[in-house]
Amino acid sequence: MNKLHKFLAVLLAGSVLAFAGAARAADEAPDALVKRISLDVLETAKADQQIQSGDQQRILQLVEEKVMPYVDFERMTTLAAGRFWREATPEQKTQLIAQFRDLLKYTYSGALAQVRDQKIQFRPLRASPDDTEVEVQSQVLQSRGDPIQLNYRLEKLPSGWKIYDVNVLGAWLVQTYKGNFASEIGKGGIDGLIKTLTERNQHLAGAAKNAKAPS
Amino acid sequence: MKRAVRLGILAIAIALGGCASTGASNPRDPLEGFNRAMFSFNDKLDQVALKPAATVYKDVTPSFVQTGIGNFFGNIGDVWSAINSLLQGNLEGGFTSVMRVAVNTVLGFGGVLDIGTEAGLTRHQEDFGQTLGAWGVDSGPYLVLPLFGSSTLRDTVALPADIYGNIWTYKRPIAWRNVGAAVRVVDQRAALLGASNLLEDVALDRYAFVRDVYLQRRASQVRDRGGPWADDGYEDAPEPASESAVQTKPDGN
Repeated sequence: MNKLHKFLAVLLAGSVLAFAGAARAADEAPDALVKRISLDVLETAKADQQIQSGDQQRILQLVEEKVMPYVDFERMTTLAAGRFWREATPEQKTQLIAQFRDLLKYTYSGALAQVRDQKIQFRPLRASPDDTEVEVQSQVLQSRGDPIQLNYRLEKLPSGWKIYDVNVLGAWLVQTYKGNFASEIGKGGIDGLIKTLTERNQHLAGAAKNAKAPS
Repeated sequence: MKRAVRLGILAIAIALGGCASTGASNPRDPLEGFNRAMFSFNDKLDQVALKPAATVYKDVTPSFVQTGIGNFFGNIGDVWSAINSLLQGNLEGGFTSVMRVAVNTVLGFGGVLDIGTEAGLTRHQEDFGQTLGAWGVDSGPYLVLPLFGSSTLRDTVALPADIYGNIWTYKRPIAWRNVGAAVRVVDQRAALLGASNLLEDVALDRYAFVRDVYLQRRASQVRDRGGPWADDGYEDAPEPASESAVQTKPDGN
């Protein structure tokens, strides 16, 4: 009987901790989240020998593990597609989200491949506790050149805060891709856009496999 | 003179021809045909001359020399930034830029060392286009200039002021000035090599991507005062080991 009690006690304690952990994850403040991921990714990129020597596959892996879970790709794709989103079939929507997700992964990895000795600083978050959309502001300091402004827009979902837009040097990613999407859709419709994205991703995947150290 | 007129008419005809063929138009970019043609021209020039030069420069020149060159021309640029900050009524920003120039020129061997940044005076670039924007002048349509690249109507009008506000323009003998100008351009291009390679990979339509980034960035530059973080403090990101859950400020801003 004792053993069973002990076992149950441990099980109960364990599950309480697990729930607490999950609750804590959902409660993590947006700026704490961004700080945590940014630091984590940056420190890993700086310390990893393979990444420093230009191993693109390793960088992609790092991005997939540490960044992608915190990004809301569906919303990003919806925003980038703009008014064309309503005209897309569910099949097209799924494909568009998947392809845009890959493109963003390559974009972020490409940027990460240029990390050498940069540091990040964060601005105190200005938001009220019941805001469901916030903007987290940071800047990247480099030894050469001016600081690079890097801001994030996050939304609060039941599963926690998720990033849905990124601003580099004053330009929002979604806004910028909106123009690109519109021009591709203008040329070949939504299918044309999906095709362009797919081909581009295939090209980037091939290039990543053959990546040498960046110049 | 006649040849110039003929070339001018030819250029306009090509541009208008370009305009006629584009379908959907962007309200910020009514001159898209002309701009795309200019963009291609600049791109060719970049591929053929500037990018190779910048690549060689980056590979061959020791990095501290590159940094020194960047700092030197950056220092010269700070003079004009100071004037523009003051013209915009930004006394703090203007003063910071003046201090930068003073410290870097006197203690930094004529600007080659950037001591100002280490002392906490960060560079804040301002040009006459931003000043006009601060005074309320709308940017006008997007314009791609030959050689100079992305611009807007307002910024193009401001360009001569920027050229004459750059004290290197007054450097004599002329040969030194031209060589210096060329080195500055190559150095700036070299600093952007990584970013431009990335751009080629991830942009579906490079012209539109560059345009949209430029217009957003420009608007953001006109809006900011004295550097993005002059008023608020910032904090270094905490060490990875620490487990602080940062409190959000109940500001209601």
